[in-house]
Amino acid sequence: MKFIDEYQNSELAGKLAQHIATHTTGQIRLMEFCGGHTHAIMRYGIRQLVPPTVEMRSGPGCPVCVTATGDIDRAIALARLPGVIITTFGDIVRVPGSHSSLQQAKAEGGDIRIVYSARDALEIARANPGKSVIFIGIGFETTAPTIAAAIIKAKKEGIENFYVLSLLKLTPPAIRALLELGEVKLDGIIGPGHVCVITGSRPYEFISRDYGIGCVISGFEPLDILLSIDKLVEQVESGKPKVEIAYRRGVKPEGNEKALELIEKVFERDSAIWRGIGNVPQSGLKVKGEYRHFDADRAFPVTPHPAKEHKGCRCGDILRGVALPLECPLFGKVCTPEKPVGPCMVSSEGPCAAYYQHGAGYE
Amino acid sequence: MCLAVPVRVVSIEGDDAETEIGGVRRRASIALTPEVKVGDYVLLHTGYAIGIVDEAEARETLKLLEEIASLSEVH
Repeated sequence: MKFIDEYQNSELAGKLAQHIATHTTGQIRLMEFCGGHTHAIMRYGIRQLVPPTVEMRSGPGCPVCVTATGDIDRAIALARLPGVIITTFGDIVRVPGSHSSLQQAKAEGGDIRIVYSARDALEIARANPGKSVIFIGIGFETTAPTIAAAIIKAKKEGIENFYVLSLLKLTPPAIRALLELGEVKLDGIIGPGHVCVITGSRPYEFISRDYGIGCVISGFEPLDILLSIDKLVEQVESGKPKVEIAYRRGVKPEGNEKALELIEKVFERDSAIWRGIGNVPQSGLKVKGEYRHFDADRAFPVTPHPAKEHKGCRCGDILRGVALPLECPLFGKVCTPEKPVGPCMVSSEGPCAAYYQHGAGYE
Repeated sequence: MCLAVPVRVVSIEGDDAETEIGGVRRRASIALTPEVKVGDYVLLHTGYAIGIVDEAEARETLKLLEEIASLSEVH
């Protein structure tokens, strides 16, 4: 058992889709929160597999996409400081800020290095004691404990030239903000599987309690997603919305307690700006207390000019599920993966990138 | 960014593990999953094992999938 192939069986997928079709009586609209789910849905043709009565909308679950333009500008400003090495995950480098991108800053001489892990950034700091190594910390609860672990390690081993610009975000407040806006009527949410490996299912219970719709936490293989859709359909049909875990091999109701403990130790909650949603209270993580030395915000305060959004780009609407990528006038014409205008076309989890790569034949 | 893949733990040394999937070996930190054992599958995310795959639950889910599939044949 490899925990991948078993959940990609196309014969089972067809039968599951048939089960979904025979059990839906009306039109329902579901949102997959995660960009990772959007990509799997497009890649495996799940939209075509499920009946037309089940409509799928992508949500804001793409950390690179929801990073605000102003925060990209801050990272670029840091890259222009003397004696600084910027380390970051790959996708963010190509996201346009107001006037430039990290990629452009690199071409202009900035020392910007793409890393696979926060621990790689820490090793770069260890190897370059004469430089300040800033890690651009982007991600949700999935990534937050890995960055916390790197900061704890830096403190323990006395690596004092390591800093983190924390742009980490928490998903439940964003889901609440979206449901409060109420722009799109949703009948259920496919919940973020890998976020919930860390958080467990409990922080999501407000979805059914306060908003009367279900949330099924899903894995990322096609059968995982079909099972989650099937469970949501069953909830809608029975009129009993609840928070359920369909990804039981990875998610426990209580989550990963060790990882949650490390997040608590290093970070405190703060407001954060989400592209498309705006300022969401208590949805960001900033470095706290005894770890403040490693906070890039404190060590290198930069104030870039007010952010300028790109005209015509509908990333924000797409991340709220209000518009589909194909409804953006720039999609595939002005904005392509080679020359992206907005982050939704850059990120490997971006909804526009998913539609561009796998969307042929859709509609 | 939230991508995580199941990999098998081959050996453990302190906070570090050697993992393997499809012949590809990769070092991973087990700082977030200190209870992991050699032979376990873990979900690897940006160089860290963020969770241990529960094999019994994995089989239960497959059983459930087959049950639902068999129900669809009845209709």
